[in-house]
Amino acid sequence: MSSIETLGRARPVRIPRETATALSLGFVVAFLSVVVALPMAALIWESTKEGSAGFWEVVTSPQSLAALKLSFGVSLVIAVINGITGTLIAWVLVRDEFRGKRVVNAIIDLPFALPTIVAGLVLLALYGPSSPIGVDVAFSRTAIVLALLFVTLPFVVRTVQPVLHELDREMEQAARSLGASEATIFRRIVLPNILPGILSGVALAFARAVGEIGSLVIISGSLPYKTEVASVYILSRVESGDRAGAAAIAVVLLVSSFLVILGIGVVRRLTTRHDVAQARA
Amino acid sequence: MRPATLGSRTRRHVLRWTALAYLLAILVGPLAMVFWRTFENGYDAAWSALTTPETVQAFKLTLLITAIAVPLNTVFGVVCALAIVRRDFPGKGLLNAFVDLPLALSPVVVGLSLFLLYGREGWFGGWLEEHDIQVLFALPAMVLATVFVSLPFVCREVVPTLREIGDEQEQAARTLGASGWQTLRRITLPAIRWAIVYGVVLTTARCLGEYGAVAVVSGRIQGQTETATLRVEERYDSFDVQGAYAISLVLALLAVLVLIAMTVFQRKEETA
Amino acid sequence: MSIVIRNVSKRFGDFVALDDVSLEVEGGSLTALLGPSGSGKSTLLRIIAGLEWPDQGEVELSGEDATALTPQKRNVGFVFQHYAAFKHMNVRENIAFGLKVRKRPRAEIHERVDRLLQLVQLEAFGHRYPAQLSGGQRQRMALARALAPEPQVLLLDEPFGALDARVRAELREWLRRLHDEVHVTTIFVTHDQAEAMDVASQIAVMNHARIEQVGSPTELYDEPATEFVMSFVGEANRLGSAWVRPHELDVAHQPTEDAVEALIERITPYGFDARIELALGGGEAVTVQMTRERLELLELERGQIVWVRPDRERVFDERGRAPAAATA
Repeated sequence: MSSIETLGRARPVRIPRETATALSLGFVVAFLSVVVALPMAALIWESTKEGSAGFWEVVTSPQSLAALKLSFGVSLVIAVINGITGTLIAWVLVRDEFRGKRVVNAIIDLPFALPTIVAGLVLLALYGPSSPIGVDVAFSRTAIVLALLFVTLPFVVRTVQPVLHELDREMEQAARSLGASEATIFRRIVLPNILPGILSGVALAFARAVGEIGSLVIISGSLPYKTEVASVYILSRVESGDRAGAAAIAVVLLVSSFLVILGIGVVRRLTTRHDVAQARA
Repeated sequence: MRPATLGSRTRRHVLRWTALAYLLAILVGPLAMVFWRTFENGYDAAWSALTTPETVQAFKLTLLITAIAVPLNTVFGVVCALAIVRRDFPGKGLLNAFVDLPLALSPVVVGLSLFLLYGREGWFGGWLEEHDIQVLFALPAMVLATVFVSLPFVCREVVPTLREIGDEQEQAARTLGASGWQTLRRITLPAIRWAIVYGVVLTTARCLGEYGAVAVVSGRIQGQTETATLRVEERYDSFDVQGAYAISLVLALLAVLVLIAMTVFQRKEETA
Repeated sequence: MSIVIRNVSKRFGDFVALDDVSLEVEGGSLTALLGPSGSGKSTLLRIIAGLEWPDQGEVELSGEDATALTPQKRNVGFVFQHYAAFKHMNVRENIAFGLKVRKRPRAEIHERVDRLLQLVQLEAFGHRYPAQLSGGQRQRMALARALAPEPQVLLLDEPFGALDARVRAELREWLRRLHDEVHVTTIFVTHDQAEAMDVASQIAVMNHARIEQVGSPTELYDEPATEFVMSFVGEANRLGSAWVRPHELDVAHQPTEDAVEALIERITPYGFDARIELALGGGEAVTVQMTRERLELLELERGQIVWVRPDRERVFDERGRAPAAATA
């Protein structure tokens, strides 16, 4: 067959499925390796450069411990507060009707959209030395809490909203007809069913709070042992050239982030238990 | 005629106003402050703060990094979502974990890891210096950092949509003779387009707002490796509070635009 | 417990769900609310339960005005079409819920749940979750759950609507036997007239937000008060402006005074009876039911032109209502 004849028979190039799969997987793995895996490997490597003894020495040094304790402690508090307020806001957004609800719903995502450095700056303006409402909590742990409440606000709301929306209202009506008060209905019918949503939102909020930097650099004052969080401490270690030390603490944060991701996956798998058969039915 | 109206109405109002008060204190109040503080000293002061050469350069840099990072992550996100939902392979769980990691990881940790990889004493440091390639304290490192932190969004938005629409249409296309690429272009991509758009909006917002990771890798060289967010801090540290607020205002306005885009495209995604 | 509904009206926006509806239900009876979708029957049931509130009118339970009572205080059992099972609780916990809410002692709850599981024949399923049950089993659980706190009224909203035909027939039979045993005032909603006729001792036929007629199955069948009831309950033919039941028609080979000419299109014998489908001059379809004996006596065959004569016909006025007597 001459080359002219083959030209005349232009056909779409068909890549067999297996090749396409291999190619796309190869691309994905390569991308993730370059962007995520390699840097993480370098980080873990650096943190172990002084051996495991060196690792623990850095991590348990007084200033480091203080920073880690502050980060994890405050984040735990934040997570709990968000569990409650996030559920409340989600409830109002799903079950209540009022003018401007759509705007309120859109504003919830503001912390996703606004740069954290700006958030820190304006929280300082509102709750700092030149506060128009006379509240000055700058450079204190309260300031840290406020900043973290801002950046973590959307997480629980957005994970609870869809679950609440899908909830079978007739379950609540059945409970009513059986004599349960509204409080009982919330406690025994609604809450158990939205709990997975609350938990995954709380986990994400926790992880976000532990790692937060932008909103804290200005408003927290970064006073060692008082208001210096782990992420800020890492920055200071880098600036003083102590890369191994910075890496060690960074690895602690990395491990906690990974655990949170795994935890959320576990929660997700556990909760499909009740719903699996509904797909069957 | 409704029984117990008083009790249930009161409860509803208490819940509603508590939620709104919380939102006012935590969200709306601070947002309003940006607008107020920027124009405290008049429009002229705000404008001149925004138009200094370094500030203009900072905005340009932010936009440049975003313009590179968003398309990269969009392509990655779509390919990754297709692989996760439509294909089976070992290690899918691990892949998912890696994709989700940036959501839970501190940006400082991200920046540090890049610093350790591309820095002078890092893994690639020597090789890079030999070949006179500047990664750290230059655009490449900043792009890598921004790509890292904004990685998950397109993928996470596309995955549930892909799952929901199922692959029946794609199977039908196959039986009608369409090749894999044709199916992708004509059936799959149109079906997920609003999910992609929504993911792009989220990715863009994250890129524009990135601070922690680029703070570590950029070196903060004014006029060269200073992004808008880094400039905000720089102005504040230099006691130019007015300047810091002016830049923040622009970023806040961009954020509001993003919110509007999110609302519009979310509804498109739901009704599609 | 007796139930009295007096002049109840309800709208949802522009849609009138109930229009000045009144009904009396005797204590211990088994009543059906029968009607097509949109007739208002589910709304009425939910108003009795307290899950909806009427815009006007009163609801009386056992002689006491219950209109302002919340569902919690009305002591009614409600069974939903889609079960409304508490999917995060197992069967025992579902059934026990009403008793736990009333803070009954643990031993009492345990014993009562055992008895109810026996009653609904789910003894082996106590620790299963609703997702692990079939539709019919879920509905039996829902019934047990509603009965557990010993309600004075049992309300069922299209309880078998989501189930397949065989299960539906079984549960119908089962509901009747349950009522015989437990004797609680029961009202159930259905759009299936065969189901209503089969199960209930009293039927309220509803259409377009009103009650057209209340009566026993026989009364509704033999003496329909309105055109709607005639056509909805049992089979009915239209001959001109008159309505006739299939077994109230006779066929002859010679014309008589009030007979109509018709073509036999199809003859279907079944068991003791036979159905004859005919077409009138203008193309209208008529169905006649007669015994096989008579069919053979008349030597009827497909394709014959015959004369159809009503033994009894009913005429309704312009408003669809029945006048006092029927022609014979």
